[in-house]
Amino acid sequence: MADTTSQPRSFQEIILRLQTYWATKGCAIMQPYDMEVGAGTFHPATTLRSLGSNPWAAAYVQPSRRPTDGRYGENPNRLQHYYQYQVLIKPSPPDLQALYLGSLDAIGIDTSIHDIRFVEDDWESPTLGAWGLGWEVWCDGMEVSQFTYFQQVGGHDCKPVSGELTYGLERLAIYILGVDHVMDMPFNDPDAPIPLTYGDVFKQTEEEYARWNFDVANTDMLLKHFEEAEAECDAILAQEHIDPKTNKRIIMAHPAYDQCIKASHIFNLLDARGVISVTERQAYIGRVRALAKKCADAFVMTEAGGFIPETA
Amino acid sequence: MPDLLLELFSEEIPARMQGKAALDLKKLITDGLVEAGLTYKSAGSFSTPRRLTLAIEGLTAESPDVTEERKGPRADAPEKALEGFLRSTGLTKDQLEIRDEKKGQTYFARITKPGRKAEDILADVIPATIRNFPWPKSMRWGAGSLRWVRPLHSILCILTDEAGHAVVPFDVDGIAAGDTTEGHRFMAPGRFGVTSFDDYAAKLKAAKVVLSAEERAKAIWHDATNMAFAAGLEVVDDRGLLSEVAGLVEWPVVLMGEIGADFLELPPEVLQTSMKEHQKFFSVRNPKTGRIERFITVANRETVDNGATILAGNNKVLSARLADAKFFWENDLRIAKSDMQTWTRSLENVTFHNKLGTQAARIDRIAALARDLAPVVGADADQSETAARIAKADLSSEMVYEFPELQGLMGRYYAEAAGYPAEVAAAAEEHYSPLGPSDDVPTAPISIAVSLADKLDTLTGFWAIDEKPTGSKDPFALRRAALGVIRLVLTNNLRFNLDRFVDAQLVRHKISLNGEEETGLLVLLKEIADHGVFGAALETVRDKLTEKGNELAERVPDVSVDLLRFAHDRLKVHLRDEGIRHDVIDACLAMPGNDDLALLVKRAEALAGFLGSDDGENLLQGYKRAANILAQAEAKDGVEYRYGADVKFAETDEEKTLFTALDTAATQVAPALEADDFGAAMTAMAALRAPIDAFFEAVQVNAENEVIRRNRLNLLHDITAICAKIADLGKIEG
Repeated sequence: MADTTSQPRSFQEIILRLQTYWATKGCAIMQPYDMEVGAGTFHPATTLRSLGSNPWAAAYVQPSRRPTDGRYGENPNRLQHYYQYQVLIKPSPPDLQALYLGSLDAIGIDTSIHDIRFVEDDWESPTLGAWGLGWEVWCDGMEVSQFTYFQQVGGHDCKPVSGELTYGLERLAIYILGVDHVMDMPFNDPDAPIPLTYGDVFKQTEEEYARWNFDVANTDMLLKHFEEAEAECDAILAQEHIDPKTNKRIIMAHPAYDQCIKASHIFNLLDARGVISVTERQAYIGRVRALAKKCADAFVMTEAGGFIPETA
Repeated sequence: MPDLLLELFSEEIPARMQGKAALDLKKLITDGLVEAGLTYKSAGSFSTPRRLTLAIEGLTAESPDVTEERKGPRADAPEKALEGFLRSTGLTKDQLEIRDEKKGQTYFARITKPGRKAEDILADVIPATIRNFPWPKSMRWGAGSLRWVRPLHSILCILTDEAGHAVVPFDVDGIAAGDTTEGHRFMAPGRFGVTSFDDYAAKLKAAKVVLSAEERAKAIWHDATNMAFAAGLEVVDDRGLLSEVAGLVEWPVVLMGEIGADFLELPPEVLQTSMKEHQKFFSVRNPKTGRIERFITVANRETVDNGATILAGNNKVLSARLADAKFFWENDLRIAKSDMQTWTRSLENVTFHNKLGTQAARIDRIAALARDLAPVVGADADQSETAARIAKADLSSEMVYEFPELQGLMGRYYAEAAGYPAEVAAAAEEHYSPLGPSDDVPTAPISIAVSLADKLDTLTGFWAIDEKPTGSKDPFALRRAALGVIRLVLTNNLRFNLDRFVDAQLVRHKISLNGEEETGLLVLLKEIADHGVFGAALETVRDKLTEKGNELAERVPDVSVDLLRFAHDRLKVHLRDEGIRHDVIDACLAMPGNDDLALLVKRAEALAGFLGSDDGENLLQGYKRAANILAQAEAKDGVEYRYGADVKFAETDEEKTLFTALDTAATQVAPALEADDFGAAMTAMAALRAPIDAFFEAVQVNAENEVIRRNRLNLLHDITAICAKIADLGKIEG
């Protein structure tokens, strides 16, 4: 267990402290979703689990990709691949703000000398058909987290409402560790036999992906993949609810949602390649949103989504 | 007479919503109380990021008894009707009164509603107000269904009188009203009890909360200006930012920091915008140099290190922001200096509107029109075209991508850096103006040409694709564009006929809508015929074609005229705000040359002044009388009396005097109108008032002698004809 009385000394220590903190507050510590996503919200543990009436509490790290943000590892805090820390609790507990402030304390932000502020910032994800109200949380003028009460996801009203916290880990860590450039940040213990910086781990990949995202990715292939993912999502959801082989009611909301995630990421790649015009953009976003809505419709028909099967 | 204290304590309320919410709370609750029969001496409301508070002084302790009378069924009505009436009034039959009414004997009930205690009324009014509160955006939280701007945590509601205080008992979705609240989130956590408003305000202050937003704003401004002054500097005034910042803190602590030397060369507007938009910092300026050298941030707490950590953190965030801005600025400058048209070319990939094509195509059209307009606004044609070509180049710059509100201004900086003449560079900034009705109007000729061309291109474009404003919907801000054209023309007294430029631009739109320029005039005319364009454009095309073209032209719906009508409607609204009546404008609109807006307004102003005078008012009556008599006679006789009255048939002195007066007026009015001197024309008209009045006083128009009658009717026509040179007075009301 991390020593929470002192300042964290590395990127990974901040992550470990968050994991420990939210574990002690009762969250299921989940693992990253094994697909490319643009933000922690896309993890089904947030998107799908925020739907329906079943209670839920999860926290996890999610590697996130935003191809257009690539800067070949040169920008001090802009990356095409970065980590988000995500917490989702349903229903949102009345002391969620206090719980959140406790997490800042756990990672070495002493609220008695810092200025923490909740500044209006309403969240909307046009691709997920989702929105919520909340704030960006400022620490001495820097945005350190996004704090949202989900109102709608996939076109469905959230009942009960989930409270969602998102920490941009690199930005937060740069601040806490007092470094100026993300690549200079200690990744592991700086006194370890083999100390590694964030740059040691990610500088090269940032370059490689920036080149691929911006100039090399095969757009014809990506366009085809987009169409395929869209078609597969529809095809999955068009299946009968009763599986003819097992004779069980199996709605494949998650496999369908995987295709939605895929389409969304391919869209982001196409966007980075600059092949989507302003007018087409809206149309693509609309197509992904349509998939997200269908997946949400399907999920609320499952038991995890709060559906209560009729007893014979 | 108890006092009420109500506090709704929640998670952080968006700063921009706090002020209105406090006013709404006061209005909704006091209205509800008054409607329920209570009165009060005074009421005040307050807001902080976490609370809305209402204090009412001198509330009546209960509402008075109210007696109302209700009419029931007739005495001979069926028993059922009476039963129903008794049920609804809660009375028995012997409590009813029977009175004689027109339709027979009728039951009447007197129902006395006893007064209610203030606390009972409050317990109804407050929860209803909370449930129906008009937040611009509200939300649910947890498993509840109550909506509030952010989760509502507690309600403090007490009535206080000499005897002490009592909680008003009510409950909203499980939140029971009580007599406790919380202080500052970090500096004074924990709940405390409250007995009255004074006690509340004092304890809050002790718990590091300044209740009044106004007081917080004053404190911030006071400390900020003092701090800047001590350093020989001044704070850049920004009321909007001040009220926003006052809504972000309960305990304002003002801190001043320095802007890194690396960033001082950035344009002051860039520093200001970056600091304000991203960080909500005030800019601190050196009055000697005009440069922004420091910033002021407002923290929400005191700390043991006197804000040192907070300031260091803010400084660091600002440096990162400004490093971005500097990066954009330097990159942009490099491109601007090498060739600003690179940006314009890259606008070929940016859609302006999916039917109206790219920004680059739009710039081409604006440049062409700016060139056309240059001579009428006194600008150089080449320079106007150049200015139009670079005016929107900055839309491709990184700085404007980051800070869209700097569009235009950055264009000016970049054009200057690229070595364009100052007037050309200025047009980049000024051509967007005027945006609002009180915005400054450009007066430099090149800026006027580009600004007019920009707005006319927008208007004609959306008219060409039939995307006009409807009702309250005006997504492309076309009303604003039309008002912009009007203000440019009037402020600069630009005399030209709008119609031909509108037509020219409509044709340009039609050509780009058709895709190919070589599509041919017939296709273009067909297009015009189908979708409508008229005026000079059509004439031009028709002239080059033979009968076939004329045939099509006959059934053209008139887009150009429709757009001019729209401009006239906006002009009416504009002039109405300046105090000119709509019927006066209608009278002038009916005159030829009404697409010369400056002329139109000159005429309307002169006419409004004239009609406001005694002579004008009477002359109008004389005109109306003449017109009426003439119209009746023409209808009756089936002929038009227009053949010139002859003075030799004049019988009376009054008639002869009127002949002379009309001749004199005619010789004065014509040259005055020729010179667009409406004032002089009106003065000449004023001289007609007395002779016309005298004529109607003394002369019987419908004389026995048919020759004399005809002559007098023709004389009446002369009166109406001279008036018609000024305006269509028939459109004037009253």
